Amino acid sequence: MLETIDLAARRGYSHLFSGLGLRVEPGCALLVTGANGTGKTTLLRILAGLSTPFTGRVRWRGEDVTPFAQSMRQDVVFCGHLPALKDELTAEENLAALVALAGAKLEPAHVRRALAIVALDRQASLPARVLSQGQRRRLGLARLAVTRRPLWLLDEPATALDADGIALLTRLIADHLERGGFAVAATHQTLALPTSRVRTLALS
Amino acid sequence: MTAEPAAGTLDRPTPSLDSGVWSGVRWALLRDLRLALRSRAELGVQVLFYVIVVSLFPLATSPEKNLLALMGPGVLWIAALLASLLSLPRLFANDYADGTLEQIALSPYPLPALVSGKIAAHWLTTGLPVVVMAPVLGLQYALGGEALAVLTVTLLLGTPILSMLGAIGAALTLGLRGGGSLLALLVLPLCVPVLIFGAGAVDAVHAGLGATANLSLLGAGLLVAIVGAPLAASAAVRIALD
Amino acid sequence: MNFYRYSSPSAFYPLAGTLAPWFGWSASLLAIAGLWIGFGLAPTDFQQGDAYRIIFIHVPAAWMSMFIYLVMAFWSALSLGFNTRLSAMMAQALAPTGALMTFIALWTGAFWGRPTWGTYWAWDARMTSELILLFLYFGVIALRNAIDDDRRADRACAVLALVGAVNVPIIYFSVYWWNTLHQGSSISVAAPKIAPIMLTGMLIMALAAWFYSIAVALVRVRCIILERERGAAWAGLVAEPGKA
Repeated sequence: MLETIDLAARRGYSHLFSGLGLRVEPGCALLVTGANGTGKTTLLRILAGLSTPFTGRVRWRGEDVTPFAQSMRQDVVFCGHLPALKDELTAEENLAALVALAGAKLEPAHVRRALAIVALDRQASLPARVLSQGQRRRLGLARLAVTRRPLWLLDEPATALDADGIALLTRLIADHLERGGFAVAATHQTLALPTSRVRTLALS
Repeated sequence: MTAEPAAGTLDRPTPSLDSGVWSGVRWALLRDLRLALRSRAELGVQVLFYVIVVSLFPLATSPEKNLLALMGPGVLWIAALLASLLSLPRLFANDYADGTLEQIALSPYPLPALVSGKIAAHWLTTGLPVVVMAPVLGLQYALGGEALAVLTVTLLLGTPILSMLGAIGAALTLGLRGGGSLLALLVLPLCVPVLIFGAGAVDAVHAGLGATANLSLLGAGLLVAIVGAPLAASAAVRIALD
Repeated sequence: MNFYRYSSPSAFYPLAGTLAPWFGWSASLLAIAGLWIGFGLAPTDFQQGDAYRIIFIHVPAAWMSMFIYLVMAFWSALSLGFNTRLSAMMAQALAPTGALMTFIALWTGAFWGRPTWGTYWAWDARMTSELILLFLYFGVIALRNAIDDDRRADRACAVLALVGAVNVPIIYFSVYWWNTLHQGSSISVAAPKIAPIMLTGMLIMALAAWFYSIAVALVRVRCIILERERGAAWAGLVAEPGKA
């Protein structure tokens, strides 16, 4: 279970939000909405353990966690604004590297299959430099599909995705929730997830 | 209600402590080496820079043999320092710019291990070529066989220290304006002992004192740096990502 | 007395305001006494004549330059360990004064060198170490200026200050080692034989420099507190007492 208690964040001298208490149960997704600059990304980074909140605590599996805590790093997949791809590596190599970074071992065949799921198998041997924005995002989705972690933190995951891509994203999240995972996503778009599993948090 | 794992628990990778550290080092080392080899042009440029700078000193002073022999170790060392500084911003900046550094920091592998791997890759692509070139360039400075050998060993021990100290500076100055110069300002004072002991070894040999003291001190410094620098650099990376 | 009360910037602000003048005036009186001893009472040195008197400024400044770095490193360690803002602000307030002391030590050292050895700069171990210390101070100050976000600046400068503090003994050792190797014809700084009154003078000047540094740091930290806490209500009241 992911919780925050009295969380507050600042950017520079402006207070983004304060007194935030949220709770995400297993099998549920929390969608964070709000206009630009309201702190959606900051909230996700705090949950991931990248940033220190101004005040307040984050609790994971019943314990307080500090930034970069070991328990968070083992349980979280964080997809930020940037797709974390190296231009010089091929799509296949990028995916393999990211998955290995997460501590998992993948056979090359599985890497290819993951790429096929996101319709990137033809681009597998191309350097990431030539991939479009949408294709880079899909590569990020492949990472999600393959890395088995309880908590997904997604920052604007639907950016640059076409309709197929969004459908794929929705399906991935839905499957993940079905398996008992958690997800927190900052998003402008509405994702067609089963409403029983979705809660919304609007930042302002 | 107890905090139980999510139903149908998704695998949690639990590397044991040992394999965690070495696997982390290996991941970062191999990946960074692969990236460096794919940008071969960049690598060549750094070695060329070293050669050019070393060749400039006699042009600016005088080609007189005795003067050159006196200056030689110092020049070769300072050029190594400058070459290292030139390539340091690259250590973290690329990963920072494309979001990989965040993923590295959030990896279950210990961050100091990953940072060590990156520093090792940096040294292999920047420091090691310098160590290899130095004996050749030392001939330009009329340095004898023994002097060249000692100089090369000091560079072999010292350039990793430069990479490690530089990594701390690179992490501290991530994403800041004035990047490269600020990094030099932060790192150069810290490198003074390495410079003194490294370049001074040849003088010690000429003076008949033998270079054992210098080499021992450099070796000790290397050990301390191997332990301390990745920790400091990791702290700095986390601060930069905040 | 509960000292922890003062660990919040808003509580420390008035305390600093009360303490600073005391330290300032004490520093002035001590400085007058010290300078009178140094430039008036102390006897003319047999070897160096009257030129040596500059050590009454040079030596205390050099001592303070090193001491302030240690204190800055101490506050930095506290700020990293306990995640407190005020400790980081104290470290931030000390850096410019430390740099100033180092600069004074270097300049007075040069003016001491000129009449004594015939050259302004002789690459002796002490002066060279002071020079590198100045670079270390500049590094901390430059890093602070380069980072916009206060929290990140606090923590980055703290790491840098601590890395520097660990390296300072190593740097000093290496410079001294370098200097002894190249001793030969190089000039070494030899202080004149210290008469007790000279030592008293230097100690009084050192105390004066110390109190001056404290006073200036307290005033500077007040400015830093106001600037960084400007969003808070109490800061608004301080800046514009009339408005509620």
